[in-house]
Amino acid sequence: MSDLLNGHAAAGGAAGAGPRALDPRARIVAVVSFAVTVVALTTFGALGAALGLALGAMAWARLPAGPTLKRVAVMDGFIVLMILMLPFTVPGQPLFTLWGLTASLDGVLRALEIALKANAIVLMMLALAGTMDAVTLGHALSRLGLPDGLVHLLLFTVRYIAVLGDEYGRLRTAMRARAFRPRNSHHTYRAFGYLVGMLLVRALERSERILEAMKCRGFDGRLHLLDALRFRRADALFAGLWGLTLAALAWIEVAHGAAF
Amino acid sequence: MHIVDGALSTPVVVAGAALAAGGIALGLRRLDMDRMPAAGVLSATFFVASLIHVPIGPSSVHLIMNGLAGIVLGWVAFPALFVGLVLQAVFFGFGGLTVLGVNTVTIALPAVLAALACRRGVTHPDARVAAVWGGLAGALSIALTTAAVALVLTLSGEAFVPAARLVFVAHLPVMAIEGLLTAAAVFLIHRVRPDLLGLFTRPAVAGEGA
Repeated sequence: MSDLLNGHAAAGGAAGAGPRALDPRARIVAVVSFAVTVVALTTFGALGAALGLALGAMAWARLPAGPTLKRVAVMDGFIVLMILMLPFTVPGQPLFTLWGLTASLDGVLRALEIALKANAIVLMMLALAGTMDAVTLGHALSRLGLPDGLVHLLLFTVRYIAVLGDEYGRLRTAMRARAFRPRNSHHTYRAFGYLVGMLLVRALERSERILEAMKCRGFDGRLHLLDALRFRRADALFAGLWGLTLAALAWIEVAHGAAF
Repeated sequence: MHIVDGALSTPVVVAGAALAAGGIALGLRRLDMDRMPAAGVLSATFFVASLIHVPIGPSSVHLIMNGLAGIVLGWVAFPALFVGLVLQAVFFGFGGLTVLGVNTVTIALPAVLAALACRRGVTHPDARVAAVWGGLAGALSIALTTAAVALVLTLSGEAFVPAARLVFVAHLPVMAIEGLLTAAAVFLIHRVRPDLLGLFTRPAVAGEGA
């Protein structure tokens, strides 16, 4: 699973390799600009190039191909229904017939377009942003102008996900010790409801202790973010190349569109 | 029920982002120093809860619990669920980036509305009555969420209408389960820490009791 749940930072790999060496802010801006560009693309040449770029970024970030693609496939699982239905619901030139339903060419193309966009963006996100630890993400977002309250909430959440994950594990162990086995019964749902309720109660009690401890240490409502984010020459180079890459995607789009 | 990048039309994506920003701003206004740690830890709890799978028929579903989030967090559910979605998108690859706003609205707005509608009942002195209203809020928020997802898909293109309808029907059992779970959770909280049910509905800075 993710490092979020294990409680330790740095999402694998050497700190100085590939995109991990770059300024997190540059990486976040790069992912967002990539996503906005890709969503606007419509030709398959450009979308294919975008997916190629995302796969390249995955290799550059030295993400293990198997688990990463599996994760992307999980996301595809969410949309597979919609993708499979589109060919039959978009009107257009009939392509084939299945169980009396006619699939249109336009529908198949539309489904393919969505799948390409979604996969390219998620892969790029995992490669550039998913490779920073969650606290760095918070700091970088703060430097990019996200409101303080939201950044603090993010940092608190990140800090306590692993703690609450452990709490959940203890409660599940206690349930197993009482021979609880989940099945399709009212008893199961009530037990899970109590579990979530208990988790919230324990979370609240923990947060009271946290607040007191923080106040003892002079907490005045502000988290002072200490970091050494620096925009170096390598980041400027990356930003420049990134701009050129996105421009190239746009060029493929226009050139391809003209050829159609 | 995450919507992915590329499926929605631009106006829908932009409107979703604007609505989400408004909701988040409203939620942040309720976050004072004393309640920030509670909000963070509870937000982490809902993140963990969303990873819990419960059996349903031969398969299993993961919990959403946005109704309970609305009951416990009020408008703070907006920033809390947004943070959860950001973390899921960036580190798990669930959902998408440009649709973060839409996904936040489809999850958080029903949570807040259902909780507001059932507010009175949930704080009823009798824990059983509170549990029934809690269950109602839990089921209602899932119903509204699926309806919102269906609406968002429909607004993006007529071709999505059958898929949107299917999403709604497929979530009927989820509504029932989330309702049952939320009812049980509210019952327990009502018995153990009733103040948790009104923690974020007080607007001003609240003094710590313990």
